[in-house]
Amino acid sequence: MASTRKDPVLVVLQLSGGNDALNTIVPYGDPLYMDNRPTVRIAEDQVLPINNYIGFNPTLGPIKQMYDEGNVAIIQGIGYPNPNRSHFRSMDIWHTCEPEKVGTEGWLGRAIRDIDPNKDNVLTGVNFGRGLPRSLASPGVPVASVGNLETYGVLTGIEGGDQRTEALDVFENIYSPAIGKGAVIDYLSQTGMDALRGADVLSTAPEKYSSTVEYGSNTVAQYMRNIAQVHLAELGTRVLYTTAPYNSFDTHAGQMAAHARLWTDVSSAVSDFYQDLKEHNAGENVVVLLFTEFGRRVHDNGSGTDHGSGGIALVIGDAVKGGLYGEYPSLEADKLLEGDLHYNNDFRGLYATLLEQWMGLDSKPITGGSFEQLDFIA
Amino acid sequence: MAGNDIALMAHLMRRAGFGATYDELEARAAKGYEATVEDLIHPEGQPDLEMDILERYFTDWRDLIALENNQAYWTYRMINTKHPLREKIALFWHGILCTGNSKCEHGKQIQLQLDMFRRHGMGSFPNLLLELSRDPAMVFYLDNCMSHKDAINENYGRELLELFSMGVGMDGNPNYSEDDVKECARAFTGWTITNAIPRYPYARYESQFIYNSYDHDDGEKNFLGESGRWNGEDVIDIIARQPATARFVSRHLYNFFVADEPQVPAWQNTTPNDPDAIKMLEDEYFRSNYDVRSMLRVLFNSDFFKNARFAKVKSPAEVVIGTMRLVKDFTYPKPGVHPIGMEIRYMGQDLMNPPTVEGWHTGKEWIDSGTLVERINFTADQVGNVDLPGVQAIIRRLGSEGATMSPERLVDGCLEMVGAYELSQETRDKLISHAQKGGELRTGTEEFAGSVGQMLQLIVATQEYQFA
Repeated sequence: MASTRKDPVLVVLQLSGGNDALNTIVPYGDPLYMDNRPTVRIAEDQVLPINNYIGFNPTLGPIKQMYDEGNVAIIQGIGYPNPNRSHFRSMDIWHTCEPEKVGTEGWLGRAIRDIDPNKDNVLTGVNFGRGLPRSLASPGVPVASVGNLETYGVLTGIEGGDQRTEALDVFENIYSPAIGKGAVIDYLSQTGMDALRGADVLSTAPEKYSSTVEYGSNTVAQYMRNIAQVHLAELGTRVLYTTAPYNSFDTHAGQMAAHARLWTDVSSAVSDFYQDLKEHNAGENVVVLLFTEFGRRVHDNGSGTDHGSGGIALVIGDAVKGGLYGEYPSLEADKLLEGDLHYNNDFRGLYATLLEQWMGLDSKPITGGSFEQLDFIA
Repeated sequence: MAGNDIALMAHLMRRAGFGATYDELEARAAKGYEATVEDLIHPEGQPDLEMDILERYFTDWRDLIALENNQAYWTYRMINTKHPLREKIALFWHGILCTGNSKCEHGKQIQLQLDMFRRHGMGSFPNLLLELSRDPAMVFYLDNCMSHKDAINENYGRELLELFSMGVGMDGNPNYSEDDVKECARAFTGWTITNAIPRYPYARYESQFIYNSYDHDDGEKNFLGESGRWNGEDVIDIIARQPATARFVSRHLYNFFVADEPQVPAWQNTTPNDPDAIKMLEDEYFRSNYDVRSMLRVLFNSDFFKNARFAKVKSPAEVVIGTMRLVKDFTYPKPGVHPIGMEIRYMGQDLMNPPTVEGWHTGKEWIDSGTLVERINFTADQVGNVDLPGVQAIIRRLGSEGATMSPERLVDGCLEMVGAYELSQETRDKLISHAQKGGELRTGTEEFAGSVGQMLQLIVATQEYQFA
């Protein structure tokens, strides 16, 4: 286990929609890349080289810099057996670790239960965005889901400070556990008080926070800022999660412009986050995972790319041993799987690495088996 | 009008529908309870939504490709339907005979399945199972198209028994064996679907059910103790005759319409909360030749139903649709339907995309600190918006009671207006003492509207309001 003083924290940024691996970590040295991508292609002279075969998309400049500092692990050829090209199903598989059947629980929901079995802290897991991604869902595991950190709380729609304060007083009065009203009412009362407490504690995070880092105004940047605020407030939160806007990486058409904009936002947000933690000397116990549900078709469709399989994931942090992991899948026609990159790296091995080597948890019950781990945790 | 008639009608409409405004409750109560039950269980032949007009406004609703279009469509439909029980029955079966968008080739396929529930959901139960076994979304979701004469896939065969008709066991005993699962799967070989036509260039088309006799295992099977060269229809006939099936359907109806039961996986070893009620429903199942409509008639007219007020935690769909019907928003096509549908998802019920083939866990499992905040905030925002027609109607109606209103009457009047809710004495006292800070209210004023709006917000935030 690598962590030393502070408890290890995992931040997950989900890139929904299926990020195009080929135009993220670009195999610019492969003539087959040119052949397959007559239109949706990053020009060779634009690529930020990693070696003479692959390099970063230029919009990943800030991530390239972290890579050069040795803090970015690029997980190549990641996927799972019998790839499914439905967004929902594939994301589900990533969320539940169940490629065969439809699974019940999210992998991080299980992890949070293992971290905090007695539910001592209602903020062990915090999601930014509305509604809970299935990766965090597990029966009986409380996870706060925050749409807007500045206004998060109960009865937020009541206008006028005094009126809201009064309403919250009444709410607290009504919900104060009076034992014996009946099991379900008692449970509701307890849950209402937990929510009120969680909101009270969370609302202190922005107040305590100050930083010279200026994040962008896009959703990912704002949520990464919120994640920094919650982490810096030291509320005992161990898993923080957010999602790039709904299926935005699903670039069937107009990919060149859209994909560049998405990665410009994401790279700056991640880099700003990293700088922010550095400024507060609070980055050493944080690892960030960026993942997507699948890569995209090798051959472009003239304007964008369709759903594919093998993709890439990035793991970023001080505790990360930077470099390339797994193999870049071959683009040769006979090595493709139905026109898609063949995965050579099971995502559950990536999860197992994060769970065991970073979070210090037993990964087998969480990932549903033993999977070959990588060695990107320093 | 006797207050109890209204309260009883409010109860019926919350369960058999998505709640109703006070005006509608009065009109229905005047017609009578049993007559209303008959209206609800016989939606056939009555006019429905005018889809041709809606499709001109919501152009995505013709193809219904994406999950969000389907969710918006169903949300709008539940808000505006004149046949609340038909939508409620679709919701009921959707939570049991589950398919999900997470494993579906074309979003509309699930909407077509819901249409099937609307058509057959109150009819013969074995007929519903037959329709389900031929439903393309289901055939694909549970891999029956991957089940072949020489290599059976047991997925559908198993879930048909375990989750769709009998359940693993009852009264402490198993209802079927592993061999029954295999024999059931054999009987359904050859029940498959046509390939979906590729998306380009003609857009999506639905798959169709086909029976491939060349891929059907026509051999002798022994299923639940009966031997023969059973096909899928025969297996369904045998299933329909089982006491376990009567129990399973009755218990599900009870859990959805009457009162929260333990969760399904516990049913083998836990007795029903009200064994006499379940017995009544089981008897009607056999007496009526497996007719769901007859069972519903018995259920709604029974004392056990009438006495089960506020014995169920509302599902997210009930929370959101009930609120929209109360405040009377989105009664005509306008932008913003999908965000309303998304609220249901935020509260933990991603319609047409259940977490597993087991559907959603219900009752108190709907509630955690995140979803409770979502319910309270959404509902409070709606009922506190005094510009919405339904809220204005409440303000007008309470205002018409006199020039002034006491704090007690404000609390009680608001409780009546949201569906004859009852609070614990303690909570009611707290709301009254809060209302007393404003003193006696003058009903014609703008402050009065504000006071009503705020009282409604506090009421929907109570624990009691989370129950139906």
